[in-house]
Amino acid sequence: MSEMNVAIVGNPNSGKTTLFNRLTGANHYVGNWAGVTVEKKEGYLKHKNKRINVIDLPGKYSLSTYSLEEKIARDYILNEKPDVIINVVSASNLERNLYLTLQLIEMKLPIILAINMIDELDRKGLAIDYAELERQLKVRVVPISAAKNQGIEQLLDEVINYEGCHEFLNVSYSQIVEEAIRTIDEDTRWKAVKFLENDMEIRSEYDGIDFDLEEVVIQDRYTFITNVLKNVIHHVHGYEPITDKIDKIVLHKYLGLPIFAAVMAFVFYMTFTIGSFFVEYLDYFFSEIVSGFVSNVFTTYGVSLWLHNLIIDGVIGGVGGVLTFLPNIAILFLFISILEDSGYMGRAAYLMDKWMQRVGLNGKFFIPMLLGFGCNVPAIMSTRTLENPKDRLIAILINPFMSCSARFPVYVLFASVFFKGYEAIVMLSLYLLGIFVAVAVAYIFRKTVFKGDETHLIMEIPDYRMPQIKNLIVHVWERVKDYIVKAGTVIFAASVILWGLLNYNFSGSADIASSFGASIGKFFAPVLGLAGFGNWQSALSLLSGIFAKEIVVSNTAIIYGLGETANLTQLGNVLGKAFTPLSAYAFLVFVLLYTPCVAVIGVIKRETNSWKWTGFSVAYQLVIALTLSTLVYQIGRLFIG
Amino acid sequence: MSLSKVNVGTSVILHQINYGLNLKKKLQDMGLTPGVEFSVVSKTNSGPIIIEVRGSRLALGRGIAEKIDVEIVS
Ligand SMILES: Nc1nc2c(ncn2[C@@H]2O[C@H](COP(=O)(O)OP(=O)(O)OP(=O)(O)O)[C@@H](O)[C@H]2O)c(=O)[nH]1
Repeated sequence: MSEMNVAIVGNPNSGKTTLFNRLTGANHYVGNWAGVTVEKKEGYLKHKNKRINVIDLPGKYSLSTYSLEEKIARDYILNEKPDVIINVVSASNLERNLYLTLQLIEMKLPIILAINMIDELDRKGLAIDYAELERQLKVRVVPISAAKNQGIEQLLDEVINYEGCHEFLNVSYSQIVEEAIRTIDEDTRWKAVKFLENDMEIRSEYDGIDFDLEEVVIQDRYTFITNVLKNVIHHVHGYEPITDKIDKIVLHKYLGLPIFAAVMAFVFYMTFTIGSFFVEYLDYFFSEIVSGFVSNVFTTYGVSLWLHNLIIDGVIGGVGGVLTFLPNIAILFLFISILEDSGYMGRAAYLMDKWMQRVGLNGKFFIPMLLGFGCNVPAIMSTRTLENPKDRLIAILINPFMSCSARFPVYVLFASVFFKGYEAIVMLSLYLLGIFVAVAVAYIFRKTVFKGDETHLIMEIPDYRMPQIKNLIVHVWERVKDYIVKAGTVIFAASVILWGLLNYNFSGSADIASSFGASIGKFFAPVLGLAGFGNWQSALSLLSGIFAKEIVVSNTAIIYGLGETANLTQLGNVLGKAFTPLSAYAFLVFVLLYTPCVAVIGVIKRETNSWKWTGFSVAYQLVIALTLSTLVYQIGRLFIG
Repeated sequence: MSLSKVNVGTSVILHQINYGLNLKKKLQDMGLTPGVEFSVVSKTNSGPIIIEVRGSRLALGRGIAEKIDVEIVS
């Protein structure tokens, strides 16, 4: 069976990932904002006995390089030389999309033009003459709808039958550009054109020539496209875009921000209330039914006591304690996906831009921050859409302050024990504190380490789209799956290790108070004493929380030496003895701000490509967490006495 | 005049972009070439604006809008 490599290339938000998923059956992240795909993704499929390897590249507007994601795409196209490039363009936005197409054609790359989202044309009153477009551009044109599964077979047929292009379109430029091309390099026209566009890599190939015609080149290309489209796009009937109507309200001068605040409030309200509805049942399920069942089985088969305790206290208590919060997490991610898919994300960035400017950031910073409420790992990856490396670094460094869903169970547990009736306020205060610290720290960075460069918003604002149910399910499932896997691996392992540490010391089996675990905790506890939680249990708990923040909850039962079948009420009782409400709050502040979990540390290392910044991130967050929780505790004490 | 002073709903023709090379190129790649006609579709008080150019909506920070010279189409 023969094999071929196919790359998917196109503008951001043109539907590349949707097509990729359609082709390969993979479930990659799709969102209605420019820049969702920040990494190349690979997959494959079989069509008529051919294996087609497909690669989805980050969206780009042009083949020049501004941001990392655009560079990834360009390097791939130029170095890996795929057999066919599927250039995905959005049918309702041909004029801008074809700009990249022209560049691809000029470089004589093997492209097939997939006109996507044709399902939207009717509604918009547009008709496209595909044959004419094909004739004018001299490339194969296939109309498709990736979302509605139209034209995909034809596209694949074209791909496997692709025989290369024999005749290439020559974009004609104005006189002055044509003359320059003749001087530079007539034979490899595309290089000459790239040269005129000030492409650094090409520039270095030709010494001693200089032209300043970049602007003219770009302008000529657009003029060319406009002329092509004159005979290709037909306006069938008038159309008042629904997007504009919605935006009149959503982006209103005065109403915009309040609406945004209301949306976010609604999201968190739902996360909290719907989720909490399930918590009780799940808690009952794990601490009574599952534990009870396993306990019975163990007794029947005479399993030794230590194994019995390990499984019941350590594993079921720990892992179950975390899984209890699954509904909350699922709901939060559902809403985040809706925000992404509907097109609202970009609007949020627009609305926040003015305020972000005041602290030296721009509105685009806000998208990774919002995503951080879900999980900081994808959030940090999404900072790749920021063009400026300094901006990116700031965005990466502040992201962990955005309170991710893994910290949520910790807040819920402590709030329900110490602040009964005021849970919502406590949680809100923590989320807001996180945002505040993130913004304040960004401001300080901007004024010190990353001085200089102004930063400005440039972002495409997509049409609103009805979120697709399938997409939503996929998104939520991906996250839920991750969460379950994490519970079953990292948290499971941590529970077992912790259980071991707490039941043994050098002389063998030991009392908790003289165990390894207690010794480790006691070593770190004194510093935390300043913030009001200087007991070894908290220290050990926070330390293990670095592996995954949920562990702070999952290990509570084990660390406080609760017997089997600990439920939330019993947990509450022991915590009530170890903390005062004030020190509990200081503890939560610490949990919010301290060192990110290993997964986040890993992604920071990968994205900054620097151990220095990674180490810095770990250390400075620890310092900030300690300082703020100490402040909370010490100042609080003045008032509470 | 500067794009930041244009009211919502007004059509303008791009005159020039007085901005650093990289950003300027990015804007041009996205369709903001000299002579192109576009309109302002949304605006916030002293914040960013949204324009519609070549069939796509583009949000631009205030600092950028201030450095784009346009002429109003009468
Ligand atoms: N109506 C319609 N919507 C589509 C179609 N294909 C994709 N979409 C929607 O377009 C939006 C963008 O799709 P993506 O697949 O994320 O686009 P992308 O090109 O990968 O975007 P980046 O990752 O930002 O580069 C999503 O909201 C999709 O649901 C289609 O054929 N018809």
